[in-house]
Amino acid sequence: MFLPRLIPVLLLKGKGLVKTIKFKDPSYIGDPINAVKIFNDLKADELILLDIMASKENRCIDFNLVKDIGDEAFMPFGVGGGISNLEQIEQLLKFGAEKVIINTNAILNPDLIKNASNHFGSQSIVVCLDVKKSLFGKYELFIKGGSVNTHLNLLDTAKKMEDLGAGELIINSIDNDGTLKGYDIQAIRLLSENLAIPIVCLGGAWTLEHLRQAYFEGKAHALAAGSFFVYHGPRRAVLINYPTKVEIKNIFYDSRS
Amino acid sequence: MLNLVIIDYGMGNLRSVQKALERIGTKSIISSNPDEILKADKLILPGVGHFKKGMENLKNMNLIDPLNIAVLNFKIPILGICLGMQLMTDYSEEGNCEGLKWISAKTTKFSFEHKDLKIPHMGWNNLLIKNERKLLENINENDFFYFVHSYKISCNNEEDVLAKTKYGVEFVSVFNNRNIFGCQFHPEKSHDAGLKILKNFIEL
Repeated sequence: MFLPRLIPVLLLKGKGLVKTIKFKDPSYIGDPINAVKIFNDLKADELILLDIMASKENRCIDFNLVKDIGDEAFMPFGVGGGISNLEQIEQLLKFGAEKVIINTNAILNPDLIKNASNHFGSQSIVVCLDVKKSLFGKYELFIKGGSVNTHLNLLDTAKKMEDLGAGELIINSIDNDGTLKGYDIQAIRLLSENLAIPIVCLGGAWTLEHLRQAYFEGKAHALAAGSFFVYHGPRRAVLINYPTKVEIKNIFYDSRS
Repeated sequence: MLNLVIIDYGMGNLRSVQKALERIGTKSIISSNPDEILKADKLILPGVGHFKKGMENLKNMNLIDPLNIAVLNFKIPILGICLGMQLMTDYSEEGNCEGLKWISAKTTKFSFEHKDLKIPHMGWNNLLIKNERKLLENINENDFFYFVHSYKISCNNEEDVLAKTKYGVEFVSVFNNRNIFGCQFHPEKSHDAGLKILKNFIEL
């Protein structure tokens, strides 16, 4: 009985975790190791931890933090933030990360994706594409934590990343981030229908219904979210939560697989 | 005290296996030293990556003969995880390569008509238990495990199959013949259910 992965995404700023709205206004939500412990107790399928300042500050996510997470997480996890070379990837995987997530340097240095997937296997190399819809309804790709518009075409870039050997793609909607209004189903579907590798959606989820839509209508392969897993109620009180396996089964079981 | 050796042949992350064993109170060593392997009470052969590269690494590190002696002559219980399990079979389509041939089985690539089923099979899935044995004690079909693989195993002898898993097709997810055990999923990344499997292996 195959079930899609539900993946909490934790954003790191300095030593704390934050949650953003449209990539802005980071509000503090807690300590990273503590959050990882709670998600471990709640038996999350997988975790993603992204250092949202690393690329802007031209550095890589902190190895020691990744090592501490590796010691706590009895589940697969991916890490990202400023990753720019094979030595960093090797170190991050050695400390227990299953996957590394690359955004800025996948665009600035596509050879990194090719070399990394040859070297470590595609399954450990994930490319995250941060997109914003322009006034004319076209998807524009951003890098450096959403601060630089590359004006690259979403689908062409996604296909290029697949050809280079990326094992998964995260499609992250800047417009929907933290807004709680649901995923950008159109963008997810554009990629899932045109690529062979798994598509992970991110940005905007607030209810299980949003996750269900992304899976059955967007054809996402895995469902990632921030607010959904760290907030509770309309006032966004910080409360780490995760659905039970029974809830997940009831919503996502698909007899075809 | 149990002398448990995790075999290091340069394929993937061994630290998470060691951490998971620590969590259930078992110390282990990570080693590629034949003497240590031959002295072990139990062995774990983990691994992530390409089948052919895995066999080449075992060969280049001069581990094939000591492993054959440890497993086939000394009959030391060994658990293969993911690629480690696949290496125990006769042959894999990945790199068109012969394996260790400890169990009568082969490893072939997933292929689907249905395009919603992506390859690799990556995510959580359960076990359809075919033969109850100690390794699967206290495991049932409500337990889920983390899988990531593009190739799948089929056994020639049904009595070697402890469990299958369905992803488009049913494939062998746990096997056992004599002292040889394998699981396709990653017990070290599968929360309590995975730790239970490791515990069962240690208590064999």
